[in-house]
Amino acid sequence: MSNTLAHARYVLAENPVTLLAALLFAAFAAMAILGPAIAPFDPLASDTMRALQAPTWRHLFGTDQLGRDILSRVIVAARIDLGIALASVALVFAAGGLAGLAAGFFGGWVDAVVGRVADTIMAFPLFVLAMGIVAALGNTIPNIVLATAIINFPLYARVARAETMTRREAGFVDAARLSGHRDGALVLLQVLPNIMPIMVVQMSLTMGYAILNAAGLSFIGLGVRPPMAEWGIMVAEGAGFIVSGEWWIALFPGATLMLAVFCFNLLGDGLRDIADPRRRT
Amino acid sequence: MTALLELDGVSKRFPIGRRRLFASAPPPQVHAVDDVSLTVAPGETLGLVGESGCGKSTLVRLITRLLDVTRGTISFDRREISDVPARLFARDAARVHIQMVFQDAGESINPRFTAADAIADPLRRLLGLRGAALRARVEEAAEQCGLPRELLGRFPHQLSGGQRARVGIARAIGTRPRLLVLDEPTAALDVSVQVTVLKLLQRLKAELGLSYIFVSHDLNVVRLLCDRVVVMYLGRIVEQGPAQAVFDAPKHPYTRSLIAAVPRLDGMRPDVPRLAGEPRSPVDPDPNACRFHGRCPVGEARCGAAMPALRDFGQGRFAACHLAGEG
Amino acid sequence: MSAVLRVEDLSVAFHTRGGTVHALDRVGFTVGAGETMALVGESGSGKSVTAYAIMGLLEAAGRITGGRALLGETDLLATDLSRIRGRRVAMIFQNPRAALNPIRAVGRQIADVLLRHGGATSGNARARAIEALRAVGIPDPARRANAYPFELSGGMCQRVMIAIAVAARPELLIADEPTTGLDVTTQAVVMDLIQAMAVQTGMATILITHDLALAAERAQRIAVMHAGHVVEAADTATLLTRPLHPYTARLIAATPTAAGSLDALQSVPGGLPDLRGSTIPPCRYAARCERRLPACDGPLVTRSAGDHAVACANPLEAVA
Repeated sequence: MSNTLAHARYVLAENPVTLLAALLFAAFAAMAILGPAIAPFDPLASDTMRALQAPTWRHLFGTDQLGRDILSRVIVAARIDLGIALASVALVFAAGGLAGLAAGFFGGWVDAVVGRVADTIMAFPLFVLAMGIVAALGNTIPNIVLATAIINFPLYARVARAETMTRREAGFVDAARLSGHRDGALVLLQVLPNIMPIMVVQMSLTMGYAILNAAGLSFIGLGVRPPMAEWGIMVAEGAGFIVSGEWWIALFPGATLMLAVFCFNLLGDGLRDIADPRRRT
Repeated sequence: MTALLELDGVSKRFPIGRRRLFASAPPPQVHAVDDVSLTVAPGETLGLVGESGCGKSTLVRLITRLLDVTRGTISFDRREISDVPARLFARDAARVHIQMVFQDAGESINPRFTAADAIADPLRRLLGLRGAALRARVEEAAEQCGLPRELLGRFPHQLSGGQRARVGIARAIGTRPRLLVLDEPTAALDVSVQVTVLKLLQRLKAELGLSYIFVSHDLNVVRLLCDRVVVMYLGRIVEQGPAQAVFDAPKHPYTRSLIAAVPRLDGMRPDVPRLAGEPRSPVDPDPNACRFHGRCPVGEARCGAAMPALRDFGQGRFAACHLAGEG
Repeated sequence: MSAVLRVEDLSVAFHTRGGTVHALDRVGFTVGAGETMALVGESGSGKSVTAYAIMGLLEAAGRITGGRALLGETDLLATDLSRIRGRRVAMIFQNPRAALNPIRAVGRQIADVLLRHGGATSGNARARAIEALRAVGIPDPARRANAYPFELSGGMCQRVMIAIAVAARPELLIADEPTTGLDVTTQAVVMDLIQAMAVQTGMATILITHDLALAAERAQRIAVMHAGHVVEAADTATLLTRPLHPYTARLIAATPTAAGSLDALQSVPGGLPDLRGSTIPPCRYAARCERRLPACDGPLVTRSAGDHAVACANPLEAVA
């Protein structure tokens, strides 16, 4: 364990971009956890007297058409956006990971079924599929989570399957059989811990994509509904004002969204370095 | 003396390609192990040699019950164990008694297990040991294998090759098995370490009253460690007998070439013909031809027309060759 | 006999997180035309690093910190090797299948080399590639030329590698564990082939191996390496019958032989010293050695009698 920490410190020191991503991640995590407590204004309180104000010292990100403080809304939205992303990624991590694990280890019909399901999902343009799922099941947050999880399923199932297959023939699997493990226990106790690091990396890499997907759904009106603060809606709401010169309404939530996606992708790359045993000496 | 392990006509075939609906012919099959019969006596070390692809790995997996036989029976201590599916063998009473030391000790230890975890795993699963009893048994096994206690907390990548080999052996002897299958246990080791591991194996065998099946391509090592030797070629036994006798005067031309090809410190023996070419395909081989025919330096026409049976030459020696002479 | 390759005082260091590893220290040996010289050592002895340094193939962390490797008049350590590799020096590797391009037919791969280094023309490259396959003993070469590496056995792939290596008639062939992982029968055939090629073309061969017995059978000279030093070098018969360095003697005693019993075999006690930093003992075997003297802590001196060289302060026999 201390070994891993030392290695993580080394990777962070070697790779300032990962360090930057880690700091960004800490900032986003603070926003999501503390949210309303650190927002300077009530994100829902409208004040038509102060509508459409450009950024000032009082309102760093300006105000929107209802006079709400955009900075506060951006901060508070972190919880819902990251929450949806995290929930969907956790869901697909469990479902896709286990399906891929079973497919890779047992092969045969299990592999065929998992493979076909993944292929079927992949056959759709993924965002359109997510739209369809939310439209069909109803416009609720759990459904957004589910839709985001479903479109990520093939990715997780494939990574887990490929990683499992390279270990299925490993000597330690046979050794575990000789130690009295039946297949079920063997997969969960011996193989799963070995594919865990690469799956965690996968999680970080898809977090960004999940955030984008949730925001995208909200942007086209299929996700979170106004007046709730959410980056996608805020961009959508601000989009109409860009032509009339009120650029800040869409820019700041959009930039935050971009930064969040960026942060998780970089973090994933860094985690890959940390998890890669070949970089460990 | 009754045999500890007895194989009677054991075959293993793997179908290749997928089975088609409405296909008239059965799918082609790889004959990985074909009609192998052998015994291992208590306290005996049986060497299993042959080139890669000769079926020795498959045979090992059959004996250790990681694979199911296609035909034939395997008996352990006079009880048939081949009728228990491999899938369920983890719970069989004989599981404790048939253990294995793997070729690549590094790869056969779960990278996320410490040495102590690896040695404890079979003790926990097969003997149900917990707590202090488990720890005592782990330390005992480690000590028997010359593994210092302070190394037990290390992960495989923190151990040297020789230390990993000791962990692999300690894990295999922990449950006090009666038969240990050693699959090229020293192939990945430097010679200086190989000697200590071989001596360790020899000592453990005497101390714990083990029987060994020793699989190796290094005939020099087999000769040092084994009482009897079985030579396989393309899934079939071509020769078996007391190790020293087989090495001194091999009866099968394949054994002769194999022994001649082993480099020795005392230099080359120039008189032996090289074994040219490659083994035939193991997919649906001609049942009426010697598997070695075509590559054999002394083969005749009849070798392509009739499969030679394993003939008894007395004094425990057997060879499957039409041309093998008496004496 | 004229030396094809003369390596003098070759030192290599690797910069790692844990410090600088002094992997090779003043390594020297010579290889004559038509001669096979074996570099024998256990893992960590530096035998492969030596080959990679000579070939200019060290990984980025490795630096040559001193010495020369003279191929004729050319110092390989100070030259752009891209013009020499494959033409004057060639190398074959332990895992031939990995060393071949997996998506190009083997005949094409040989033809590529013949076009680049072997003076072939686009008109006759294929015919010459087939000829080269025949020369390395591949049956039915016209058909095998169209095969991809995965369709060939390990032994076949190594033959293809040999065909590629000797295509330009190099002066020097470095064979890095060329038969490790192959069956003994295949090993014998591949080694026969390498030796036949050496006789045919007069090239010098460096055989890098961990197997002292293989070296004993195949090499005229053997250099034993331990922890980045050449501890002893001599002609094969002398080295095996009258070793001077305690490590060589131990290595011989540890090698399973036809006659001995397990009890007669001896291990080499101890392990390799830490090669990082500046506190490496002058003799890197001293800590494992039962013949250690106070003099062993002084500078390591290589002494030689004739062409029998030993780096030991207390050799098994006095060196004149």
